[in-house]
Amino acid sequence: MKNDYRARNHPAWWAFLVHRLSGLALTLFLPFHFWALGQALQGEARLDTLLRWTQQPLVKFAEAGLVLLLAAHLAGGLRLLALEFLPWRGWQKSLLAWAAGAAIAAGLAFALVL
Amino acid sequence: MSSAGQGYAAVSDAAPGSAAKFETWLWIAQRASAAVLALCVLVHLATIIYAVHHGLTGAAILARTRGNVGALAFYALYVLAIAVHAPIGLRALCQEWLGWRNNALNWVIGALALALFIFGLRAGAAVFLA
Repeated sequence: MKNDYRARNHPAWWAFLVHRLSGLALTLFLPFHFWALGQALQGEARLDTLLRWTQQPLVKFAEAGLVLLLAAHLAGGLRLLALEFLPWRGWQKSLLAWAAGAAIAAGLAFALVL
Repeated sequence: MSSAGQGYAAVSDAAPGSAAKFETWLWIAQRASAAVLALCVLVHLATIIYAVHHGLTGAAILARTRGNVGALAFYALYVLAIAVHAPIGLRALCQEWLGWRNNALNWVIGALALALFIFGLRAGAAVFLA
């Protein structure tokens, strides 16, 4: 139990969890995203109706969350690719912090103009 | 033979050697699609932030995508990479968190990949043709 707790209290474990959960959430969102874009087949007016629906505060909040998750999954994925494919360098220890910072910056860049 | 407790090599009913080869191909596909997606998601994020700065309307979106062959090609590549990447990730989650390791999982994941690819292309075609 103690070892299990210690392993899971490591920043790399939290990075793994964020990467996996963000990937799951994005996969679940994809069908809705494709459906929404597909509405364009029924014309620009239909797309506008859908975009007006997304102006609700709760939907905007969820959108900002999705952008944050997408950025987090990207940053976490780049970190993994760097760890797996690049020769080990000291700076790779800082990748977790860079990944988190980049994700938050992208989320804020979206959220602050809503 | 039960597949329980045999780890990743047990996900296929095929011979152990071909199961291991299958896992290797999935690993390569996951990393290759990740590399493509890294570029696509960067472009996507930049486009999202640009779009919300310049008004998110149907007209504005379609002005960028309608008849835009470059955007359609980018979108098709993006969708292909997603259809490869997301199902493989979901497969790992099903194996590790749900303990689902039999061959049925591979069929379900394959069907999900096909569905994502078809519906993704349909969405891309929609904003291209609109």
